[in-house]
Amino acid sequence: MDSAFEWLTRTFAFLVFGLLAAILVSLVLGSTQTLEKYGFTFLWTSDWDPVQEKFGALVPIYGTLITSFIAMLIGVPVSFGIALFLTELSPAWLKRPLGTAVELLAAIPSIIYGMWGLFIFVPLFQTYVQPLMIKLLGDVPVVGALVQGPPLGIGMMTAGLILSIMVIPFIAAVMRDVFELVPPMLKESAYGLGASTWEVVWKVVLPYTKIGVVGGIMLGLGRALGETMAVTFVIGNAHRLAVSLMAPGNSIASALANEFTEAVGDLYFSALIELGLILFLITTIVLGLSKLLLMRLARQEGRQA
Amino acid sequence: MNGTAMSVISPANSVYRARKRANAVMLTVSSLALAFGLFWLLWIVVTLLYEGGSALARIGLYTQMTPPPGADGGLANAIAGSLLLVGLGTLIGTPIGILAGTYLAEYGRRGWLASGTRFLNDVLLSAPSIVMGLFVYSVYVAQVGHFSGYAGSIALSFLVIPVVVRTTDDMLKLVPGSLREAAVALGCPTWRMIMSVTYRAARTGILTGVLLAVARISGETAPLLFTSLNNQFWSLNMNAPMSNLPVVIFQFAMSPYADWHRLAWGGASLITLAVLALNIVARIIFSKKD
Repeated sequence: MDSAFEWLTRTFAFLVFGLLAAILVSLVLGSTQTLEKYGFTFLWTSDWDPVQEKFGALVPIYGTLITSFIAMLIGVPVSFGIALFLTELSPAWLKRPLGTAVELLAAIPSIIYGMWGLFIFVPLFQTYVQPLMIKLLGDVPVVGALVQGPPLGIGMMTAGLILSIMVIPFIAAVMRDVFELVPPMLKESAYGLGASTWEVVWKVVLPYTKIGVVGGIMLGLGRALGETMAVTFVIGNAHRLAVSLMAPGNSIASALANEFTEAVGDLYFSALIELGLILFLITTIVLGLSKLLLMRLARQEGRQA
Repeated sequence: MNGTAMSVISPANSVYRARKRANAVMLTVSSLALAFGLFWLLWIVVTLLYEGGSALARIGLYTQMTPPPGADGGLANAIAGSLLLVGLGTLIGTPIGILAGTYLAEYGRRGWLASGTRFLNDVLLSAPSIVMGLFVYSVYVAQVGHFSGYAGSIALSFLVIPVVVRTTDDMLKLVPGSLREAAVALGCPTWRMIMSVTYRAARTGILTGVLLAVARISGETAPLLFTSLNNQFWSLNMNAPMSNLPVVIFQFAMSPYADWHRLAWGGASLITLAVLALNIVARIIFSKKD
């Protein structure tokens, strides 16, 4: 009985252990056709023509990377501010409710973000913000190229903005947790030398938790790369490569969500599954790195304690 | 204090003033960041209540089927389908998650399997849910040849497992070793010790994990798109395509019809309220523990 129970739990642990590999194998098997036909050129070809059966993943890969980059650009500083507030500034009685509120932001299903984005955010963004951006930045060299085209509301910039709101709670929660790992003695010595709150955070807390902070950012990045529904609603789903961030684009996850059930032909299926494989590989690497960094911080913490 | 020290910290010192200013600026920015984060939460919840409130109050939402465009209808089949899918997904995922988590915390504290599984499980925890849908599509839907509620539940259970493994592992590790030693010293075999001592001590923590997992899958859309698909009619047959709230919301919101939009808002408010309530209940249960 005793060994049976141990054996049972080990079997299930092994099942979880093998799940990742099983997903990988099934995706590789599912995309054999395009893997054989295109090889690595699939990654930098921008054709996507189901009728003539020509497929390339450049547009969705580009869209995924750009939207996630925008999300990080906004999400990381804001998350840092939130974590700073929660660990250093907030009165003790407010810490819990505020922390819970930020965590609830993470609990809202992504389809809600997408729908809210499409019906509420997009019209406002289109009428007020985008024309202003075009007017202010349109003629500036380099930056101007990013804001060309009619203000459609939807597009890669909107998708990036909605994504940034979605990843803030994930990054902020990790940052808050790692900030709280800093031994109080370190902070108190800095305060004792006359450092201001900001100096303590910037010169003591941040260097001490550097690895953990990067881990948290990677976790947020992993989330942003794989996010499906919020992006699908607002990105515009156009298989076109555009420099302008206001132009509609596509991401890997939203291409899958939109086209998979309507795909006909083995090659089309295979191309979509290969997109899934690419997404899975990218996010697994990013999330794995994030986990490794956080584990390193935890180990270093263990040694010093 | 001598004169030099006085001048270093005197308000007239420009370095001191710059430092003070930088501090004030950064702390204000940090407070604004928090306000920025909470602002969206508030805006989304208010929008949902405003747009979906009237739909929620209508009895027909819960009794009528999803309508064709232009007709009167509700979300009854989608609500029932969602309950079934989430229920079965949780039923499949929870035992697997708890047993695997038990191995990690109780048996394999130092082995390669435990540390490897812990690592991969944390990766799965944040892996894109749409990939889970693709996986279940290739190994199940494509093999049996049709979309079904079972496939949807399996896809959801793959999202439940990592959450439950993680919380079970964490919660069992919090149980003091002395409790285990006491049980073993009384002649308890290990499995009895786990069943009646450590599970009992970690009960609320594990329950919290399950509730959070339910909250997480209730709103998941992406893994259901290729597995459970959708069904316009009332159907409790798990072996056939099954209607569910998230996919109906997706379909209705992307449509050009105003009455479909209204139903989508109703469904969206319903899901959000349920998910937020589950999260708050889970937190209350967990905080009661200590």
